Amino acid sequence: MTSLFDEVQEAPAEGVEVRRVTVNVNGADKTVDVEPRLLLVHLLRQALQLTGTHSGCDTTSCGACTVLMDGRPVKSCTVLAVQANGREVETVEGLATASELHPIQEGFKEEHGLQCGFCTPGMMLSAKALLERNPDPTEDEVRWALSGNLCRCTGYQNIVKSVLWAAKKMREQNQEA
Amino acid sequence: MHTISDHGAFFADAQPTKFKIGLMHSTFACYDIPTAHLLSEGYYTNKGSGGVAYRCSFRVTEAMFFQERMMHAAANDLGMDQAEFRRLNLVRDDMFPYRTAFGFLTDSGQYGKCLDVGMEAIGYSTFKQEQEEARKRGKLLGIGISTMTEPLGAGNSREYDILGIKMFDSAELRVHMTGKAILRTGAKSQGQGHETTWAQIVAHELGIPADDIVVEEGDTDTAPFGMGTYASRSTPVAGAAVAMASRKIRAKARKIAAHLLEISEEDIEWELGRFYVRGNQERGVTIQDCALAAYSNMPDGLEPGLENTSYYDPPNLTWPFAAYFCKVEVDAETGVWDVLNFVAVDDCGVRINPMIVEGQVMGGLTEAYAMANMQYITFDEEGNCIGANYMDYLLPTSWETPGFELHEVVTPCPHHPIGAKGVGECATVAGPAAFVNAVMNAIEHTGVRNVDMPLMPNRVYEALQTGKNVSGMPPVLSD
Repeated sequence: MTSLFDEVQEAPAEGVEVRRVTVNVNGADKTVDVEPRLLLVHLLRQALQLTGTHSGCDTTSCGACTVLMDGRPVKSCTVLAVQANGREVETVEGLATASELHPIQEGFKEEHGLQCGFCTPGMMLSAKALLERNPDPTEDEVRWALSGNLCRCTGYQNIVKSVLWAAKKMREQNQEA
Repeated sequence: MHTISDHGAFFADAQPTKFKIGLMHSTFACYDIPTAHLLSEGYYTNKGSGGVAYRCSFRVTEAMFFQERMMHAAANDLGMDQAEFRRLNLVRDDMFPYRTAFGFLTDSGQYGKCLDVGMEAIGYSTFKQEQEEARKRGKLLGIGISTMTEPLGAGNSREYDILGIKMFDSAELRVHMTGKAILRTGAKSQGQGHETTWAQIVAHELGIPADDIVVEEGDTDTAPFGMGTYASRSTPVAGAAVAMASRKIRAKARKIAAHLLEISEEDIEWELGRFYVRGNQERGVTIQDCALAAYSNMPDGLEPGLENTSYYDPPNLTWPFAAYFCKVEVDAETGVWDVLNFVAVDDCGVRINPMIVEGQVMGGLTEAYAMANMQYITFDEEGNCIGANYMDYLLPTSWETPGFELHEVVTPCPHHPIGAKGVGECATVAGPAAFVNAVMNAIEHTGVRNVDMPLMPNRVYEALQTGKNVSGMPPVLSD
């Protein structure tokens, strides 16, 4: 179990009641003592050291911090850690297995879907949520699904191609299975 | 040309007294204009320092926007076609090397060909008819062109430094006895894909597979000294250093090959990854054989090891060329404009990795689209920034951003070891004018000559309603 009270302090602020939360992160239960004000993104990045989730604008605008909570994309900079108690959270670290990239990751590699990489984890998780509910999206459907995630490097075109590449691969895998 | 600019509280360029600012470097450089006059006034204010967000903050974006808006206006005033007016004034292929009006030396290009490729792709010849027919149906179509060259890849060290440190760049390549290699450079990738591009250069020069090359950047304790990644200088300068280090290693490997093959160095031929005996191609040694021998069986008198550190000081800047064509439809009832088609023709010399080059161009065009359409930092009258979040400072998402159709023309740079020119900035720099010229072309029949960027729908609507120019800062929308 990890304790995390504040970004800098070891102990909770005076008079603050500490909450114990248990979050299933990428398939494993994690129990952490937190201050009620702690954001999910900080729980992931600091307490659990899962720094693949990036913290961008802190205002729910840029989407860099997107993770899946019970399968739905949420911007973890405006979700409290206590709200994730008892839920399943998936981060970019949960995509690949030890030996294989997830088809979405492969797609980003094949189609040059990233440059600086800052928006990439959020883009991938938004894409995963889309492909789970719509395995065969049109280009417009991909563009709409990713419109909550800002990118400043790529111009989006290759990100869209990456997601369509992944969709095709995942459909093929499902047919084989 | 007369510019009045707000530089904020300090100057954002690296060293203004030494740099010949981007404005002078690039303005009118692609046109055969014998004389030019520039008066530039900069003011310090209590705002943050200015400049374009990224992919060029050296005032080249502003310069090219001015240049291409002027070309558009001049063609209109003369009653000439936009493309033909540019063709008439562009520097012709047989005029290189060409001394620009502001004294810089451009060295290569096929400007007319780029124009042709773009016109063909966008369907320029039939556009006027298309525009007239659309207007009869109440639709406003417009086409905009932007053409430019700009100097990329500082320096040479004679003319360029930052705080006295000369603007060269560097590469350190070490081939291990296994035939695998590690490369360190003085540049640092921030997403430009150096790991891929540099490995490709080494693979091309030495025949070592790209997978066998580790590219390590960003640790100033271990990297050779360099001036970093910006202003599209990585491939023109650090990339050249990678090629030169590889070639010096190849020269040493040739001596080792001669020793292994027991013949004179002059009788050796090179093919990718392998030296062989002239006239007997079967008899040869690979670069990996030479790498092992460099540590285990070197000829007498030759220093062991197979590595080189190369510092590259370019003889000139590189001068890529861009011709961008944009076709838009403006909704007369709302002022909203949509990009129907965007054709980008880029000549950045030899493309080492076309996919990476295209990624840079598409990203730059999106930045250009953002500037033309919505992106603007707003300040109140006291100079306080009131657009400091993404609700007020608008960025295009995947939903708004148009698709781009990319084309290439290749004119190798005459002085770069592999003929490459810089490219990262071109689209950001030349792009905004293409969008704005297109929207202006769509609404010019109302008598409007100019709407200042960003072309927010309310400003376009105002111009359409009044038939008058709209200029100045956009109103603050969040109030």
